[in-house]
Amino acid sequence: MTTHTYVLRRATLADGSTADIRIANGIIAELGGSLSANGASVIDADGLLALPGLVDLHTHLREPGYEQSETVLTGTQAAAAGGFSAVFAMANTSPVADTAGVVEQELALGQEAGYATVQPIGAVTVGLAGEQLAELGAMATSRARVRVFSDDGSCVSDPLLMRRALEYVKSFDGVIAQHAQDPRLTVGAQMNEGAVSSELGLQGWPAVAEESIIARDVLLAEHVGSRLHVCHVSTAGSVDVIRWAKARGIAVTAEVTPHHLMLTEELVRSYDARYKVNPPLRRQEDVLALREALADGTIDIVATDHAPHPTEHKDCEWDAAANGMVGLESALSVVQASVIDNGLLTWTDLARVFSATPARIGRLSGHGQGIVQGAPAQVLLYDPSAARVFGTEQLAGKGMNSPYLDLTLPGRVVATFHDGYATVLDGTLRPADEVAQAALSRRAGSHV
Amino acid sequence: MSARVVLQQADIARALTRISHEILESNRGADDLVLLGIPTRGVILADRIAALISGIAGTAIEAGSLDVTMYRDDLAKHPTRTPAPTHIPASGIDGKTVVLIDDVLYSGRTIRAALDAIGDIGRPRAVRLATLVDRGHRELPIRPDFVGKNLPSAQTERINVHLVELDGADLVSIDEVRA
Amino acid sequence: MRHLLSTRDLSRDAAIELLDVAEDMADTQLREVKKLPTLRGKTVVNLFFEDSTRTRISFEAAAKRLSADVINFSAKGSSVSKGESLKDTAQTLQAMGADAVVIRHPASGAPQTLATSGWIDAGILNAGDGTHEHPTQALLDAYTIRKRVHGSASRGKDLDGLRVTLVGDVLHSRVARSNVWLLTTLGATVSLVSPPTLVPVNTTGWPVAIGYDLDEAIEGKPDVIMMLRIQAERMRDAFFPNSREYSKRWGLDDGRLGKLQATTIVMHPGPMNRGLEISAAAADSPQSTVREQVTNGVSVRMAALYLLLSGDREDA
Repeated sequence: MTTHTYVLRRATLADGSTADIRIANGIIAELGGSLSANGASVIDADGLLALPGLVDLHTHLREPGYEQSETVLTGTQAAAAGGFSAVFAMANTSPVADTAGVVEQELALGQEAGYATVQPIGAVTVGLAGEQLAELGAMATSRARVRVFSDDGSCVSDPLLMRRALEYVKSFDGVIAQHAQDPRLTVGAQMNEGAVSSELGLQGWPAVAEESIIARDVLLAEHVGSRLHVCHVSTAGSVDVIRWAKARGIAVTAEVTPHHLMLTEELVRSYDARYKVNPPLRRQEDVLALREALADGTIDIVATDHAPHPTEHKDCEWDAAANGMVGLESALSVVQASVIDNGLLTWTDLARVFSATPARIGRLSGHGQGIVQGAPAQVLLYDPSAARVFGTEQLAGKGMNSPYLDLTLPGRVVATFHDGYATVLDGTLRPADEVAQAALSRRAGSHV
Repeated sequence: MSARVVLQQADIARALTRISHEILESNRGADDLVLLGIPTRGVILADRIAALISGIAGTAIEAGSLDVTMYRDDLAKHPTRTPAPTHIPASGIDGKTVVLIDDVLYSGRTIRAALDAIGDIGRPRAVRLATLVDRGHRELPIRPDFVGKNLPSAQTERINVHLVELDGADLVSIDEVRA
Repeated sequence: MRHLLSTRDLSRDAAIELLDVAEDMADTQLREVKKLPTLRGKTVVNLFFEDSTRTRISFEAAAKRLSADVINFSAKGSSVSKGESLKDTAQTLQAMGADAVVIRHPASGAPQTLATSGWIDAGILNAGDGTHEHPTQALLDAYTIRKRVHGSASRGKDLDGLRVTLVGDVLHSRVARSNVWLLTTLGATVSLVSPPTLVPVNTTGWPVAIGYDLDEAIEGKPDVIMMLRIQAERMRDAFFPNSREYSKRWGLDDGRLGKLQATTIVMHPGPMNRGLEISAAAADSPQSTVREQVTNGVSVRMAALYLLLSGDREDA
């Protein structure tokens, strides 16, 4: 009964081949043609893609501190609904995740909920204040084994502090994930600076404020020989800088969000605060450059920057509205529409940029190993031929601040498996108690 | 939906001539007489009657226009009406006899608005009302002093006044609005 | 007209209709009895989240001369200062039965948010939003120019062939934005003269020529020169070194006034910084329309309120 054994019948793998997949004891136990059911639940996966569970390097789960926006439970439910088996939880909670205590609490909340692996990100500086390094080592050696550090939401703008942080995390193979935004160039910024902001009279967020920080940071990373990760790259100029840095051999990785792959600043003309996000939506040229960069490897991964907010923080005038969009539930569909359906990326590429590479950048074990025999069973069944009008009923988290509401998006997550048990079946989330129980028995099993 | 012609050009000319005589008679001459047409076609009629009276009496009399748009009580019930200019003759209306002139008299609400508009402009000695067509269905205690033609009509019918200055021909017709 | 949010989306015909109605309103303002019964029973709310006594009293006079009931709601001393949201305020006004809301707000787009949110059914009239638009100011400017050029024969006319130069802080000016769109729609050719720091970085899509040299612009013999208010605090954000330098390079001083053609109209939306962007002599010269602009403002706002509140309110 609690064996969680499944056979996914005639699933299509990312490379286009077809196979049966047996999930048992938390791993992909068997991969081949016509596997016997042998007591397992059989899922007809004919016409469905079997992809490795997605890994999001950039999620805001809001707990502790902002539980009216999201909790670890609801945020990971959103993740499971979107086909994710692991999320990296950003540090801008309250209290800030700048101590071992907070990151261990987040880890525990994730394990308890069970919908996805929650890997905490640690703050770079105490309280995200940009003044003093947080206890990076203590977080690294805590039970949460933090490897990614970020002040996301704020930029580590002090060049000396950034240099020290890059150097310091080398001792435990950590990485600094920078939110690249020059604070002085973006005081009061409301949207991308350009033709549209000029017309709308909204304070501009110039591309150079992102590009100049990335340029500085890649040079710092080169100088001290450290790993740098650039969060939510949003401009064509940033792509050029990163391309240059990679050609030079600098250890930089970069992410792009689904919304920056699809949406442009033109949407801001509505003054609808659902389109307010940081970094802001940019020009069509930027969107095309980002897609290109993801295809040619300049940008390594897709990450959602899932940022839930309560309704009242969006239901107001533009200036007063909060930055951010929810993205976990819509991410795969948006990526499919932006870079798969037009042939820029294959499903194999997708598995790399949205599962294997983010797990590798974040040094997260147990994820991103692909659909191979013996790998932990992080599996997603996806129907790429489906199409749906995206509505609030598809939002599994607390945040309703999706920019895709009422748009028709391709694809549908049919099932998600985390550590071998189902978090989503028949396109529906499994009940919280069932998932928590499955997670508990998995942990007990693995400790035996 | 076919229009039925009820007044031809000659009928209209006769009616206006008769009204001109009646105005002169009731005013005992052309002194202190001010004609105010209500836009759009009332203004044209006012100009014609002024010319007729001037010819009969031998002295030029003054005609102007009085826009009542801003005094209506049915602003939200119709498509937006663009106001037309009001022209009051230079000597004003205080102490004068003002004759309001409109093409069709119906509910009386336009005239009610006109009386309010006059009150904001000055204090005439008397206000009279002339209309080319009176079609009945009054909703207010208002009656015309000078009528070109009484045309009892059903409320489902529409009266169309055409004047040569605006519409290329003089005629009045009736048609059924509801099919 | 369901709402008046910007001049960007105002057609030439709609703009001319509004200016013509304003002519009729102006005529009534010459009478002894200035009050019209037109909007009797209608409630107009002046919702001001930003101090602007001039604009507020202009709208108040306009609404009262049309017999509307006027409620002044200023953010100071109201529940807004206690953290009430725009939404709650809008719903309160809806519950009170407001027919039109005249809104002034420091956030660009707030009037549009109000108009499209579904929080309130009233017609929304933008009385200045952030650095976005101030449509009635541009309309009264267009009215003033048309009146100076065409006099009593203004009705139905546009501004075809006129050359208008706007001078000063374009970046932060909602007046400039509204004028750029409206005057162009009406056929005028608009040019901007400004310090390079005070024009938006990207004005592709603006139907204007941009220059940095005021003297050169004056040599071009514009028909209208409109000075924009410069806020002294801008110098703290390094937009220009100090007011002396600004005035010297971009102010309409007596020397520049003398070089203008005698027929060039000098405009300023007010309030003026005399001696900074405009000299006292320029402000008080016969070429100046500063006081006419104020008078015409009431007529234009009467026209806007009339067009907003008449007609079938059911259709969106």
